[in-house]
Amino acid sequence: MLRRVTRFSPWTLGTVMLALLAVTPVVTVVWLAVHPSDDIWQHLLDTSLSVYLSNTLLLMLGVGVSVLLTGVATAWLVTMCRFPGRGMFEWLLIFPLAIPAYVIAYAYTDLLEYAGPVQMVLRGLFGWSSPRDYWFPEIRSLWGAMILMGVVLYPYVYLLARAAFLEQSVNVLEVSRVLGRGPWHTFYSISLPAARPAVAVGVALALMETLNDYGTVDFFAVRTMTAGLIDVWLGMGSLAGGAQIATTMLVFVIALITLERISRRHQKVYQQSSTRFRALPAYRLTGWRAFAAGGLCAIPVTVGFVIPVAVLSYLALLYFEDSWTSEFRTYALNSLTLSSIAALLALGVALFIAYSRRLGGGRLLGVAARVASLGYAMPGAVLAVGTVVPFAAFDNSVDAFLRAHLGFSSGLLLSGTVVAVLFAYVVRFLAVALGQIESSLEKVSPSMDMAARTLGYRAGQTLLRYHVPLIRGGMLTAVMIVFVDCMKELPATLLLRPFNFETLATHVYQFASDEMLGEAALGSLTIVVVGLIPVLVLSWMISRSRVTPRNRAGQD
Amino acid sequence: MDSPQAPARGSSSAVERPLLQVQNISCNYELERAVFDLSLTVNRGEQVCLLGPSGCGKTTVLRAIAGFHPVLTGGIFINDQQVSAAGAMVPPEARRLGMVFQDHALFPHLSVQQNVASGLRQFSARDRKEAVADMLERMGLTRHAKRYPHELSGGQQQRVALARALAPRPLLLLMDEPFSNLDQELRERMGQEVSDMLKENDITCVMVTHDQNDAFALGDKVGVMADGAIVQWDTPYNLYHRPQNHFVADFIGNGIFLAGELCSANRVTTPLGNLDSGTALGWVVGSQVEVLIRPDDVIYDSQGPVKAQVMRRAFKGAEIMYTLRTSSQITLLALFPSHANFEIGDEVSVRLEVDHLVVFARESESA
Repeated sequence: MLRRVTRFSPWTLGTVMLALLAVTPVVTVVWLAVHPSDDIWQHLLDTSLSVYLSNTLLLMLGVGVSVLLTGVATAWLVTMCRFPGRGMFEWLLIFPLAIPAYVIAYAYTDLLEYAGPVQMVLRGLFGWSSPRDYWFPEIRSLWGAMILMGVVLYPYVYLLARAAFLEQSVNVLEVSRVLGRGPWHTFYSISLPAARPAVAVGVALALMETLNDYGTVDFFAVRTMTAGLIDVWLGMGSLAGGAQIATTMLVFVIALITLERISRRHQKVYQQSSTRFRALPAYRLTGWRAFAAGGLCAIPVTVGFVIPVAVLSYLALLYFEDSWTSEFRTYALNSLTLSSIAALLALGVALFIAYSRRLGGGRLLGVAARVASLGYAMPGAVLAVGTVVPFAAFDNSVDAFLRAHLGFSSGLLLSGTVVAVLFAYVVRFLAVALGQIESSLEKVSPSMDMAARTLGYRAGQTLLRYHVPLIRGGMLTAVMIVFVDCMKELPATLLLRPFNFETLATHVYQFASDEMLGEAALGSLTIVVVGLIPVLVLSWMISRSRVTPRNRAGQD
Repeated sequence: MDSPQAPARGSSSAVERPLLQVQNISCNYELERAVFDLSLTVNRGEQVCLLGPSGCGKTTVLRAIAGFHPVLTGGIFINDQQVSAAGAMVPPEARRLGMVFQDHALFPHLSVQQNVASGLRQFSARDRKEAVADMLERMGLTRHAKRYPHELSGGQQQRVALARALAPRPLLLLMDEPFSNLDQELRERMGQEVSDMLKENDITCVMVTHDQNDAFALGDKVGVMADGAIVQWDTPYNLYHRPQNHFVADFIGNGIFLAGELCSANRVTTPLGNLDSGTALGWVVGSQVEVLIRPDDVIYDSQGPVKAQVMRRAFKGAEIMYTLRTSSQITLLALFPSHANFEIGDEVSVRLEVDHLVVFARESESA
């Protein structure tokens, strides 16, 4: 009857094991960094590393500045000013989030290339006949990549800055106005400094995506670290070389995580006013100012969403016969299956970890949860390196063992199978699911657990019978976001998928690489439409929170 | 492996074994010692209460009894079975306890009858239905069986929580500040109602509260806790009239301390006159002491020897609580029937009439 209390309950033990499993790729890359096996460092240094580095830095700088300006400006306009269309822009401004950078790159390339409609119209209008007759900006360049990535990644900054502006204390703003500061002065001296940590978090997240991107930079021939890594690995067949680039990228990852973590800590200090939903004093804009504000908000929405979706829809219709093939349906099914399984796995792992933290276990489990969610900052390509190396080591040792003791070969068990892809997906997107589940669980009173336990339910039964029904909403959100992120994921999928196995993302990438943008459009559009689901839910929540400012806290 | 011992028939009344024994337990809360070497015993059918200010460790004790909190030393026994020991415990779901919480903790996605049935899954379908119906009937909830928790009032939710906890016939009922979420009037009524119900059904109960009215309404015995230890374990009457130390006297009820000196074995001289005790006080003559004066010990008497000025008044309906200051600058609390109505600044005459003389040794240097 009396059971020993051990420090390591099955829950604690399970959580620690899951965390160790999830952190394996990170540890692997670090290990590779300190134990360079195949020394191609010198070669890399001599040839291309400096190019990779400078391109990555320039791209991150450009995207950083662009998302910062766009995100903060639009967030300030929709929260602090009143102008026609403001309510609509408030949720429309997050729509570009649905579009992966590589998809928007394909759309704009088709639109702006020499044979594209824009240049065709210009040539017709002015009677030019060859590229020598006029100058037109080359979209497939570092500049193009900066602009296009900026225009789909600014919503990270927008969302966080908007929340920060909304949560700032009305009283402080009023005091500032009473003391005689104008709207601009108040913005610079009060609102912006208070929102700075939130903005920094948004920029850090956008830059993590920038570092992760492969589709765009590959298509635009911008040789960044990710492009270099995949090039060295797939093109030159040197995993060791890829691993060494991955270790260099770790420096960027650590810098971004540090920026994000420090900013989040400051965010807690700045945003704790109690008058959260009290209506902010708004600057009512009229005349040309109102028009300019509307126009400013319309630009990112148009460039980041309306135009690419229009182009993709047009192309998808035009090439529908060629695109809607049985292969396409197979790839779509592959994407669906893979993403669903990954989303459910991430949900399961997140539930286990979050609940076991709730059961107690103290600091150890806190660290385990933090470690388990490190993957979100890892670029997909780096994660792929960190996955493939331990998986191959596992396969080889199993194979060697079987051959030595049982006399047959098992071949490759995990590497080059969908297991590797699923593993990478779960590691990369676990943080999203975990964050969602933890915040949902927090809303359930701890006495609910005690009530269930004294009524005769064990810890696991309590989770399934009483917590799961109560946090259904949060679970659904977690599954949805992870699902969509997996659908969009390109670099890790490309590197880890089994031979000849295609998902929508790799299929679109393959066609685009072959300059067949028309045939790629249907796949791109499908990814965008699926990606719209969480965006629509998010914008619905934004518009709802606005209609009922005092929404019933804790009711859902 | 100790097998569950069936009590020998007929002999149970001969030797009354306590239902709950907490023996010398110590617990930590967030790495700090929260409970020190605490013991208590609860007999079958007894309702006891742990009373103390927040942070005194009373909730930790309750959680230890329920099996949510490990003990570092000592042991807990329920029904003669050890359920907690240093480094080992029976999990809460195997202790056969019922628990009621401050926030009721009803399962919001289940109806009233589903909530009440949630502890009855070992029962057959028919028994379960019967038990639920019986419990709802007893709690006056039959009409609300199909409703959901958010459709009920605070008092009804409280009853559902109680019904849910009692339906599986637990050995012991634990209640954590069960009335704190109710408004004052409902709180008193529920306290009485629950007390009657527990008595009628012979249910053993341990309650934890910071509110002395709740404790007095429910507890046969009340343990006053301070800094992780029980400082007095007694009946409500004795806690009020015979507090054993300064802390209990201060924490329970109102009153002030009057400096005095023993002038005989059972008599204390104070600046407001001599006070007699029926029994010897146990100090040598000449000891410096302090005497507890409750507001009801101060009697309004136009011929009274003590003259005082009204400093403050608080209307309490049938009575008025006055803060008085005597000419010798001593502050007194006095409870007079409200037809003796004085305004601030009025002069009144009072006398002291102390039935239970409560005397503590005076600290050598007290302000």
